[in-house]
Amino acid sequence: MPVEMSTREAYGRALVELGRTNDKVVVLDADLSRSTMTSYFAKEFPQRFFQCGLAEQNMMSIAAGLAASGKTAFASTFAVFAAGRCFDQLRMSIAQPRLNVKIVATHSGISVGEDGASHHAIEDLSLMCSLPGFTVLVPADGVEAGLAVIAAASMEGPVYIRLGRPKVCVICDVDYRFTVGKAVTMRPGKDAAIIATGIMVWEAWQAADKLAREGIECRVINMSTMKPLDEEAIVKAAAETGAIVTAEEHLEHGGLGSMVAQVVMRNRPVPMDSIALKDVYAKSGKPEELLQRYGLSARHIEEAVRGVLRRK
Amino acid sequence: MASAPVSGTAPESPSSARLKGLTLEEMKAMARKLRRHVITMLGAAGSGHPGGSLSAAEILTVLYFKEMRYNAADPNWPERDRFVLSKGHAAPILYAALAESGYFPVEELSTLRKLGSRLQGHADRTLTPGVEMSSGSLGQGLSFSIGVALAARLDSRPYRIYVLLGDGECQEGQVWEAAMAAAHFKLDNVVAFVDHNGLQLDGRTRDIMNIEPLSDKWRAFGWHVFEVDGHDLAELSKALEKARGVKVQPSVIIAHTVKGKGVSFMENNVEYHGKVPSGEDLERALKELA
Ligand SMILES: Cc1ncc(C[n+]2csc(CCOP(=O)(O)OP(=O)(O)O)c2C)c(N)n1
Repeated sequence: MPVEMSTREAYGRALVELGRTNDKVVVLDADLSRSTMTSYFAKEFPQRFFQCGLAEQNMMSIAAGLAASGKTAFASTFAVFAAGRCFDQLRMSIAQPRLNVKIVATHSGISVGEDGASHHAIEDLSLMCSLPGFTVLVPADGVEAGLAVIAAASMEGPVYIRLGRPKVCVICDVDYRFTVGKAVTMRPGKDAAIIATGIMVWEAWQAADKLAREGIECRVINMSTMKPLDEEAIVKAAAETGAIVTAEEHLEHGGLGSMVAQVVMRNRPVPMDSIALKDVYAKSGKPEELLQRYGLSARHIEEAVRGVLRRK
Repeated sequence: MASAPVSGTAPESPSSARLKGLTLEEMKAMARKLRRHVITMLGAAGSGHPGGSLSAAEILTVLYFKEMRYNAADPNWPERDRFVLSKGHAAPILYAALAESGYFPVEELSTLRKLGSRLQGHADRTLTPGVEMSSGSLGQGLSFSIGVALAARLDSRPYRIYVLLGDGECQEGQVWEAAMAAAHFKLDNVVAFVDHNGLQLDGRTRDIMNIEPLSDKWRAFGWHVFEVDGHDLAELSKALEKARGVKVQPSVIIAHTVKGKGVSFMENNVEYHGKVPSGEDLERALKELA
């Protein structure tokens, strides 16, 4: 296992695996197969791959038709186009009839980098979690991404999987178990809990590592299923640590922070803070620069933990 | 169209007046210069989309150095002609044209895609002087242009709107919603260009999702269609001149081009849609454009 792999690369490989074992699997793309990595599947299973061209909305409703006819349809494009441009198609053609379409959206968040605001999907989780019946998965690394793709194929109903562009650190072990709807504790701790999703799990891990050297033990929870949310894990973390920081590569509104806050507020109010984009569009820049500039790095999580501890 | 502005809050800048006098030979040299800027700035940025910028060099040259009236010193001059870059990934060629037109210093081109720059990866109207529309999500520019054209009519302003689309972009449904609307509203102040380079991101347009017969489609949607060699400055100029005479319907210029034009190893090579040459390739590209 390489130390670094992009989640989209893991997706491309997992799709090929699925194609070999499940002949119901069909794949659609909208002129981005060389970026979303569905090109691997297209090469091996040309009959079951549908290139839809630059027409994302059309692609989503075609996927719905395939799903209504017994296929397990994977449709891929960049996250901005999947969730944003096609929202009504996802809502009407897929969510309401609860069809078996798996939207696998790559190039999410600001770690897309230099392409800039037009390509930074920072609203997609809010949009996708708002759709009744959708399962929303945000893998933390390549290992988890592969497992999430396999899990999505083996369940019935609409799924949105959020993937990224850059190579990211592999943080899940080879024997890592992924279950839809179950948060994973990556690191134990009793002083505070950091609930993170996607690439922010690695940032959270680094923050916890730093704080541990000062004797502050943070529980790091990988919330790779954003919907349905693992409420039990959240309530447990609130009860056992008494302070929560969430971290996501997404806008603050409607994302992980607000969803966790709802659970905490209803069940076990504790001091909370959220690391997320604060109502802005980011600019062009290198991924690491942007994470620093827009407050989404380990250092920011660390500061937020200190903040909630003071309010405990 | 080298005439003085009909009215306006600012006079035409001397620089743009001078540029309007560019001869065919001077425009040829300018197109080459713009291509060189594209390669240099993308080389410095280390990422971006060269192919679709290079194919549009002559289109931008004719527009910015012959056809359009604008005042670089006053980017918001209400009487200016508008250029809308619908295929926002070709931002580098637009930045090159804007810099050479005097909207900002040529030196600024080297900041492309860097944190803190006014030159974003895709066109952004909030940051860059002279950029009319934020783009990057394909298919929206023609609709935006219709809005601008309707406003011109409401305000009785004579300015014209030029919009550049990709041929792959023409697969977006919104393009055809807009095509229908522009003809319906009889917008003869709109001229669309299709940079018909035959390639998109995943491969050849005819293999990915066939858009032919393209001219017939636009005609069926109520447009006046011109087909030209998109690297022939004289043909482009002539089509633009004729488009001024077209009344009660919008015009589209289908420009047959070569993606990556001007750099031998990038020409017609789909790899260079979104890949930037580096090292020896970069040097070779600049040498070919010297
Ligand atoms: C709505 C949308 N879908 C996908 C993309 C990703 N994308 C950027 S450029 C491109 C291909 C564009 O092809 P074309 O319009 O022919 O442009 P050109 O070949 O002139 O560069 C794609 C798929 C995008 N920017 N916007």
